[in-house]
Amino acid sequence: MTDRKPGSNRKARVVGLVALSILAVVFLTPVYVMVVASVKPPNQADAIYMWQLPESLETSGIEQAWAKLKPNFVNSLLLVLPATIISSTIGALNGFIFAKMPFRGSNVLFASLLLGMFIPYQVVLIPIVRFLQYVNLYGSISGLILVHVVYGIPITTLIFRNYYEQIPSEILEASQVDGATPFQAFTRLMLPLSLPGFVVAGIFQFTNIWNDFIFGITVIPDPAKQPITVALNNLSGTLSIEWNAVMAGALIAAIPTALVYVVLGKYFVQGLTSGSVK
Amino acid sequence: MTTNALPQSRIGPQPKRARTSLSRFLERNGFRILVLGPTLLVLGIFVYGFIAYTARVSVSQWQGLAVNLEPNDPLMSTYSEMLASPRFQADIRNITIFTVLFLTLAVVLGFVLAILVHNSLRSRGLFRGVFLFPYSLSFIVTGVVWRWIFTPSTGVNLILDRLGIDARPGWITDPTVVGDVSGALETVVPGGDVINTQLGIPLALIAVVIAASWQLAGFAMAIFLAGLAGIPEELAEAASLDGAKTRQYYWHVAMPQLRPMLVTILVILGHVSLKSFDLVVAMSGRGPGFATDVPGIYVFEQTFRSLSFNTGAAASIVMLLLVGIIIVPYLYRTYVGGKS
Repeated sequence: MTDRKPGSNRKARVVGLVALSILAVVFLTPVYVMVVASVKPPNQADAIYMWQLPESLETSGIEQAWAKLKPNFVNSLLLVLPATIISSTIGALNGFIFAKMPFRGSNVLFASLLLGMFIPYQVVLIPIVRFLQYVNLYGSISGLILVHVVYGIPITTLIFRNYYEQIPSEILEASQVDGATPFQAFTRLMLPLSLPGFVVAGIFQFTNIWNDFIFGITVIPDPAKQPITVALNNLSGTLSIEWNAVMAGALIAAIPTALVYVVLGKYFVQGLTSGSVK
Repeated sequence: MTTNALPQSRIGPQPKRARTSLSRFLERNGFRILVLGPTLLVLGIFVYGFIAYTARVSVSQWQGLAVNLEPNDPLMSTYSEMLASPRFQADIRNITIFTVLFLTLAVVLGFVLAILVHNSLRSRGLFRGVFLFPYSLSFIVTGVVWRWIFTPSTGVNLILDRLGIDARPGWITDPTVVGDVSGALETVVPGGDVINTQLGIPLALIAVVIAASWQLAGFAMAIFLAGLAGIPEELAEAASLDGAKTRQYYWHVAMPQLRPMLVTILVILGHVSLKSFDLVVAMSGRGPGFATDVPGIYVFEQTFRSLSFNTGAAASIVMLLLVGIIIVPYLYRTYVGGKS
């Protein structure tokens, strides 16, 4: 970086850093509220003590929330892991075709496929319920997995298509000369190079599915089988629960995706940009 | 609407000569068909087929538990009743105002954050991490926390009290709609008497706009940052040699370069906004006097609470059209029109 660059003089930079720090504090305020409330003692459990620091660190709020949410936390894990793996695998295969074996009309087909990730899911809820009832999966986690896999295919296909497009086609052309079938080309040449693609798609799907609410509440009416987001929303509407336990519940529901974000942030940003920018 | 553009083999008796070309076709396209066939079949059904089914429900008489796809008479009566109802009119008002306010706040905030973060050099990663963090959370988590920040007896109002500001806004509990123009419109619109709700800005929505912007301004920032990183160094250097001030640089040099990013952000956040559901459910629900009700909630309640399946379906088709107006041109332009 040269010093002549606009925006790089010293005074401007200090002002910028101060502004950033203030904004960062404002942005972290809700996180502060959630985390600090979770560890407050019972005498500070009410929302009117929101801004007070905890007098002592206690786990009663977290224990109360965990007792309510644990089964749903487990449900979400049982749901997210298979749905993420299956939809990423299908996305890899599809993305390979669209990136490396395009055909007449494949662009139109790809765009029509992508529409599936933009529709408001409200517009498919009635047929989803009827379909799942018909195949006897309504109200089950398997049914919810099926729904997430199907509606996850467009985004995973997009992520893998963008990923495979960066890989030079020469690699494949060489294999064709060797007489390898497309399937062999995919499994032997592309798959070994696909780990970053799987990480990006996997994180994206993990976050999406963990954070989903509308499919969870529609497909599973039984509170014991519902995913964590639905359970948290129920908990938040329960009057008999202390406020700090609700905040602790929010924290519990936030931790898995927050962890993924903190640990794998770089890939998270990649997924986000590749999922939206061409 | 179907997606049967897949190069499918014709089934049934074929003239003898065609057999060899068919086998050659399969040899060339077998892998494509094997991979894409199931995907297209499933998504064709779950997206296009299901939308068609919902459209059919929306013009049916189906209310109550027993499925009844008998067409309504007149066919569009569910739509006309719904569009005239005060609640759905309030929903359309709310989602429009919400989208405009949210897009403005999220884009402006995202742009400011992007420029500040881009120039913070060594602490770039840290700040980007902080501002994008809310994006990784569920709307339910966001809604549950912000709901309390904007509950009048606590949260923001405690801070206002401490600062000696006496206002005590009602936030998510405030039923006020300011700047109502429905009366004025009624006198202008011929026929009159079609607007059954107050056409103004429901104050309760502002709290939801703030929460949504908190969650998604980081997304706008990240996309702008990717754009800023793509601006060639020479452009910045040339601008500084011309003696351009920082502000002039961003306005005249960087902004035009960031236009494609702006379009992407508006399309993505715009369609997310039109689909609003979880955040509002967790934060304020339909609100006082439907002040924060949105079509997403309306569909859900009509369908699964009132069992008024045709009304729920009709409202969801309206949502689809609103989203389609934004998304279809975007997809067409990105993937079909402009060959890349």
